[in-house]
Amino acid sequence: MSDPVSVALLDLRGVRKTFRTPERQERTVLEGVDFRLEEGEIVALLGKSGSGKSTLLRIMAGLISANGGDVLYRGRKVGGPAKGIAMVFQSFALFPWLTVQENVELGLEAAGVARAEREQRAGDVIDLIGLGGYEGAYPKELSGGMRQRVGFARALVMRPDVLLLDEPFSALDVLTSETLREDLIDLWEERKIPTKGILLVSHNIEEAVSIADRVLVFSSDPGRVRAEIRVGLPRPRDPESPAFRQIVDEVYTLMTANVRGGVGGAQDQLTLGYRLPDTTPGKLEGLLETLAEPPFNGRADLPQLAEETELEDDILFHLFEGLRVLGLARIAAGDIFITAAGRAFIDADDSTRKELFAETLLRNIPLAAHIRRVLDERRDHRAPEDRFLQELQDYLTDGEAERVLETAITWGRYAEIFDYDYNSGVLMLPEDVVEEMEAEDGRAED
Amino acid sequence: MRWSLPTVAVSPDLKPNVWDLALIPVIFAFLALLAYGGAQMTTPYDVGEPLPLTLDPTHLPYYLMRSALRMAAALAASLAFTLVFAVLAAKVPALEKVLIPILDILQSIPILGFLSITVAGFISLFPGNLLGVECAAIFAIFTSQAWNMAFSLYSSLKTVPNDLIEASNVFHLSAWQRFWRLELPWGVPGLVWNMMISVSGGWFFVVASEAISVAGQTIMLPGVGSYIALAIAAEDLTAIGWAILAVLGGIVLYDQLFFRPLVAWTAKFKADSMQGEQQPESWLLTMLQRGRLFRALAKLPAALWGAFTIMLRRREASGDSHRAGGARLALPSWAGRVWDAVLIAGAMLGVVQVALFVHSAVGLPEVGQVLLYGLATSTRVVVLIALASLVWVPIGVWIGQRPVVAQNVQWIAQFLAAFPANLMFPVAVVLIVRFDLNVNVWTSPLMILGTQWYILFNVIGGASAIPQDMKDAAGNLGLTGWMKWRRFILPAIFPSYVTGAFNAAGGSWNAAIVAELVSWGDTKLEATGLGAYIAKATIDGDFPRIALGIAVMCLFVMAFNRFLWRPLYMLAAERLRLD
Repeated sequence: MSDPVSVALLDLRGVRKTFRTPERQERTVLEGVDFRLEEGEIVALLGKSGSGKSTLLRIMAGLISANGGDVLYRGRKVGGPAKGIAMVFQSFALFPWLTVQENVELGLEAAGVARAEREQRAGDVIDLIGLGGYEGAYPKELSGGMRQRVGFARALVMRPDVLLLDEPFSALDVLTSETLREDLIDLWEERKIPTKGILLVSHNIEEAVSIADRVLVFSSDPGRVRAEIRVGLPRPRDPESPAFRQIVDEVYTLMTANVRGGVGGAQDQLTLGYRLPDTTPGKLEGLLETLAEPPFNGRADLPQLAEETELEDDILFHLFEGLRVLGLARIAAGDIFITAAGRAFIDADDSTRKELFAETLLRNIPLAAHIRRVLDERRDHRAPEDRFLQELQDYLTDGEAERVLETAITWGRYAEIFDYDYNSGVLMLPEDVVEEMEAEDGRAED
Repeated sequence: MRWSLPTVAVSPDLKPNVWDLALIPVIFAFLALLAYGGAQMTTPYDVGEPLPLTLDPTHLPYYLMRSALRMAAALAASLAFTLVFAVLAAKVPALEKVLIPILDILQSIPILGFLSITVAGFISLFPGNLLGVECAAIFAIFTSQAWNMAFSLYSSLKTVPNDLIEASNVFHLSAWQRFWRLELPWGVPGLVWNMMISVSGGWFFVVASEAISVAGQTIMLPGVGSYIALAIAAEDLTAIGWAILAVLGGIVLYDQLFFRPLVAWTAKFKADSMQGEQQPESWLLTMLQRGRLFRALAKLPAALWGAFTIMLRRREASGDSHRAGGARLALPSWAGRVWDAVLIAGAMLGVVQVALFVHSAVGLPEVGQVLLYGLATSTRVVVLIALASLVWVPIGVWIGQRPVVAQNVQWIAQFLAAFPANLMFPVAVVLIVRFDLNVNVWTSPLMILGTQWYILFNVIGGASAIPQDMKDAAGNLGLTGWMKWRRFILPAIFPSYVTGAFNAAGGSWNAAIVAELVSWGDTKLEATGLGAYIAKATIDGDFPRIALGIAVMCLFVMAFNRFLWRPLYMLAAERLRLD
């Protein structure tokens, strides 16, 4: 604090956060996070779901405490909910038993502001944010967009220094979210709100680039800031302009870069505990077909592919990862290429596709190969899912282990390398495979 | 089409595996017990003949089995009643108009008052056999279990999504097929949940219904309840301790052997499951589903059922009906109006009948007196619910905010709700006599001893369902202290609290009949209230007074429901629902 110029609004140094699972395992969510929010800037934090972005946001707001490192707000340590930092939530988090007016006034009431002033200030913000006339309505009477306006009004009425936005637009449809976004930017640009800095958490790349002065790419397991891109474009920004497109491209490249090994290699050594991307064979097939067909003809610019498929970035990244680990596509410099194996898959008929998928699954995904091996070796060719779940729990949290096994089962069923009975939770070899094996045994005995 | 027998693969499916080996003895032991217990229930018996009962704790497992069998029989009867009732009410509008209000009234009738009225009828049904008395006890338990189950299935049937109905019409499912393939599966999760609630409440009535007073004498059916009655008469506190242990064992067994498997099994009927939601698990169901022999055995009834359904379908098809399966059977409008008139006339006739019957023995001043008793008891209920809320709401909220604690405590609270509080009454009597306490004040807590847990576990449930974002928003807005409770926590848990308090109050009315008149050996403690009035009339076999007591209690309970609980429910549903 000796040099007031260098005091940032928010300053995080080496922040670490671990959670304890019910089984008393420690799981590190954030590790060594350094971050500064300077006065007068909007920063966007991009990352895959489950990377700890929202946790970081709550640490900044003082809602949860970090296990290590420093969290400073205007040079002072944050301990408990910080005054001057307001938050807007993805789920709106409005109180359904309060009217719009009461919801907006609530923070002022808690701060002990007198009634007359409270009503005055709330009324002003309600008008500013375009909610005039809805003061007496209950949240459930409003559309999603209007509800989020209440969420913004509730935050802004506190005249916050810092505004933390936790994916505030992702529960809204495209049109509504764009309008709300533009309204917010207008308020910011025209200095109608006293807020000095905004931090937006998002998983939508275009949204981040269209709002932010800086975009930070967040990595997962454990979460930390991996890269930073400055968006030096004047507002309002034209999403169709080449400069904008180039930045979007750059972000895509950063987001798809493989952290562990080099970029795009399919054969980097995966372990049993590899987090299978959350997607289905049907979607993988669909994306591969889109990629193979015109206009892409086997090679696509990632943002263009995103636009063409109209899929959310989050879903898309899982698909990219899936194609990559299966060796069906390669990603380099913001582009995705179909590989020879991918081409062969596309050219094959349905049953051959399944065979090819089975082949690559057994070769590239250790978990799938492991399950198949166990089933092959067992005399009755059956094994309860708990067995594999326990093995996965050595690597992953319980919930994640379940998700990964579920994904492996979906993929394995599609490839017909094993079968699964929901009622008993037992994995088994498909019947025709068992019959084949028994027939072979029979011949061997003869 | 050719008839073909269902093929059951003999090899390798019939080779028993480890799961089978573990299960076979369990199943056989269970069947043997069932047969023995069943035989004991139908032994010859004449009223007046004393049934052999002993306080020797080694007999308790046998008594527990008898009680558990009664519970099972009552549950089976409730299920059968539920199926018939819910289908009739949901499909026939003319019946719906009668059945639903009747159910509403039945729900608020104090079941324990019922017992002495019905027992005579059941005994004459099976003269010279114990089965009559057994039936009376089972009927009492049945009346504590059936109503909420029937309501649950009825409302499920009324809310089957239109898409699914249309789909079943497109595939020309018959009414029969549609019921088993769509409507019943749709209602199963709610039905099973209500069965659990029913059995949980049922233990109280098992204990209360085994010692039956009829024609001035007490018949004691072998069971845990009679064991306790005997222990009370003999002032044997150790025996009470044994009985408590036995009932605890019974509750755990029911939970592990019956409900866990059932709940785990119904998970597949849920239309959608939340991501990350804990899937219910049961070791018994896992064993059953993984045991080879049992999987193979299960195919046989499934195949027979399938053949039966197809046969039925053929018969229906030959009867050429174009009516979409299971449309509601509506009456023409004039018939509807006549039906309404008949109903109103019938209801009025009933009221007059009861009034005449009561008036034959009871004068008007006494009716006023009984109404005053009702006021006394309702004061007790209101004060106790308020006190219990003051204690359990903060504790429940505290627990609900801590998921790990909540998981454990939730289970304990549900367990305590199942535990028949009447087992603890003797202890209370000993204390009241020992410290010479005011009977009118200190017997009151007994009414809520068993029912307060409904408040606790509903509040825990409500508090743990508050979305994390909403808690974060409250924190971010700087809500603290009383304001946080008033503006955030209390409204958020209100809907679950109302459910809990409603159940607790309903249970307390019933408990008043056993709580306002308690005894220990020759010591009798009597509080002034409607419960004590009904209990005394029951002991004397004074039917007009029983009828009057029950009618007044019904009146009070229905008034509370109409003027207190329903408005609160509406408020909760309209204003406070988190969604």
